[in-house]
Amino acid sequence: MAEVTNSAEKTRYLSELAEVSERSAPDAVRAVRAEGLRLFGELEYPHRRMEAWRFTNVNPIVRTPFATVTNPAQHGLERPDLARFTYPDQDWIELVFVDGFLAPELSRGLEGEPGVRVLNLASWTGDDPAWVDHFGRRLNGSSSAFTALNAAFSLDGAMVHVARDAAPPRPIHLVYVTTTQGKASAVHPRNLVVLEENARATLVETYVATDPSEVRWTNAVTEAVLGEGADLYRVKVLDDGPGSFHLATTAVSQGRSSRFRSFVFAFGGRIDRDELCVDLDGEGAECALNGLHLTDDGQLMDNAATIAHKAPRCKSWIGYKGVLDGKSNSVFMGRIDVHRGAQQTDSRQLNQTLLLSDKATVNTRPQLEIYADDVKCTHGATVGPPPEEEIFYFRTRGMSEAMGRGLLTYGFADEVVSELEIAPIRERLDRHVFEKYRPE
Amino acid sequence: MLSVKNLHAKVEGNPILRGISLEVKPGEVHAIMGPNGSGKSTFAQVLAGNEAYDVTEGSVTFLGEDLLELPAEERARLGVFLAFQYPVEIAGISNAYFLQAGLNEIRKSHGLEELDSMDFRELLREKMEMVAIDPKFADRPVNQGFSGGEKKRNEILQMAVLEPRLAILDETDSGLDIDALRVVSEGVNKLRGPDRSFIIVTHYQRLLNYIVPDYVHVLFQGAIVKSGDKDLALELEEKGYDWVREELATA
Ligand SMILES: Nc1ncnc2c1ncn2[C@@H]1O[C@H](COP(=O)(O)OP(=O)(O)OP(=O)(O)O)[C@@H](O)[C@H]1O
Ligand SMILES: [Mg+2]
Repeated sequence: MAEVTNSAEKTRYLSELAEVSERSAPDAVRAVRAEGLRLFGELEYPHRRMEAWRFTNVNPIVRTPFATVTNPAQHGLERPDLARFTYPDQDWIELVFVDGFLAPELSRGLEGEPGVRVLNLASWTGDDPAWVDHFGRRLNGSSSAFTALNAAFSLDGAMVHVARDAAPPRPIHLVYVTTTQGKASAVHPRNLVVLEENARATLVETYVATDPSEVRWTNAVTEAVLGEGADLYRVKVLDDGPGSFHLATTAVSQGRSSRFRSFVFAFGGRIDRDELCVDLDGEGAECALNGLHLTDDGQLMDNAATIAHKAPRCKSWIGYKGVLDGKSNSVFMGRIDVHRGAQQTDSRQLNQTLLLSDKATVNTRPQLEIYADDVKCTHGATVGPPPEEEIFYFRTRGMSEAMGRGLLTYGFADEVVSELEIAPIRERLDRHVFEKYRPE
Repeated sequence: MLSVKNLHAKVEGNPILRGISLEVKPGEVHAIMGPNGSGKSTFAQVLAGNEAYDVTEGSVTFLGEDLLELPAEERARLGVFLAFQYPVEIAGISNAYFLQAGLNEIRKSHGLEELDSMDFRELLREKMEMVAIDPKFADRPVNQGFSGGEKKRNEILQMAVLEPRLAILDETDSGLDIDALRVVSEGVNKLRGPDRSFIIVTHYQRLLNYIVPDYVHVLFQGAIVKSGDKDLALELEEKGYDWVREELATA
């Protein structure tokens, strides 16, 4: 019975998918679409009997008859409309996607710079070997029906290439704006980021909406490949509002001595799930995955991080913080797979949650699979309301209980924000967090 | 200024304070000594308004107000300050911001204008100089990663900025190195004045060489069992508390 329902809910995408599969596209894209389509047909939608989805009920996404945006929309947006989502006063490369498709007139820096090429998938002719080699290779729809669906569409998204030894000073900002014109729409951004040997780059992803309360679904997949010695600093800001559903899977593979630092800031949606899968393929690679999520009544945030230590002397860190208010939930899964031979693995994780309401709940679980003997793996979790003795400290300095609680909450959250190395983002997020929790 | 009468308090059902009476007049410095666990910190916390302690009997008036009726923040605004024996660490809030926010709440309650960041920074710089704290501590999160002695000094900095009428220092001297002890004492002495009183909880007579008290009290099993002048501290230093215990037993 469940299977029948399941397939009935899939059929609503079949005509859209059939139309897309007829379109001409580079071979690499056609291949990914075909494989995605096949897998989407095979895979069940995730449900709560699957370990990775135990605490995240995606039925509201599965049951909503979303209309996929399969062509660039008439949006009428102009640059000033985007000022609060973009950084117009910074000399950055900014690719703005509106309802899933690149809006060149709202973007800037598309010409790239020495050592850096940026493009959108829909404009790709499929002739760059660096992209061909990697497109769809990290994750060919294999992890869930959702990533398969994303692959089957593969309509647009960002393509980034940073050449060997290049270190562009300008961050590359990918902005995904959704608009709604009276119907529940879905977009499936598909991104590929390739850093060659010793390349360095800063990548910022922002997911926002012009009308945050409207029901929308974003189902994004990003693949990132870091060559030997490469360094990727990545910040994701998810702020598309209480009406949104957001699923994202980012698969990263790291060469020898490469470094990947990630920050995920999520400011609350109906169901948000951010999945990061990092393969530490080369010896001495390092990754640090940081996160902060703030949820309010009726919201769910699911952070799933999986790190595969496949080579010796790699280091990983997962540090996620959450502040939960109202009847909201957060789910955290930190999975570490230490493969045979990955000696001297150093892996730590910490999940800290502040509960502002007694109706908020958190499910946190580390998962360690260790097949090497010389490893250091630690994990920890804290959950609780703002500590009374800390609030008391504020009060003895003349501040009200509400002020103490508000500042404690702000401080707890801002610890993650204050680590950001990109000042304009740090300042904007700092203000956001302060405004959210500061007492009147 | 402060009048404590027959104060009894419990924590989690256990009676800790069993009838403390104490009169503190403006400008006076009272030292409170006593063995571990005798209730010194409990007394300090009860005065500051910690709701984890239940006052079961007695009264406390401060500047004519019934202190026990007031929440902790209103006590602070009225001029009660507690330097904690174990100051807590506050993540993500800078020392400067914390103090500015506290000072402005206190100022507002007195109908004074709030200080803006510029003016506050200037004030903070002066006070940091006064208690010899490195300016870089202004921007560090409150007490986070501070050494034991740095936390104590930071409490004195807060006192210097907030300028309370009654400062209760709970073992502020513990954990201070010799130089810091002098600096902190000098800080306290600079703040001494006809309108400001101190209750200084300490285990060591040494501190009282620097901050000469008007009175010394011995707290024992939740009550003040002996009071005297600064010489009482010397006597305790010499003889320990057994002597007090014996006296009590024969009484
Ligand atoms: N939350 C609590 N639950 C139970 N007992 C407590 C609690 N807090 C304090 N006490 C007890 O109350 C007594 C007095 O403690 P207090 O901290 O006031 O002592 P003190 O005189 O400050 O000691 P010290 O010199 O070691 O600082 C101790 O026996 C302590 O164990
Ligand atoms: Mg004590």
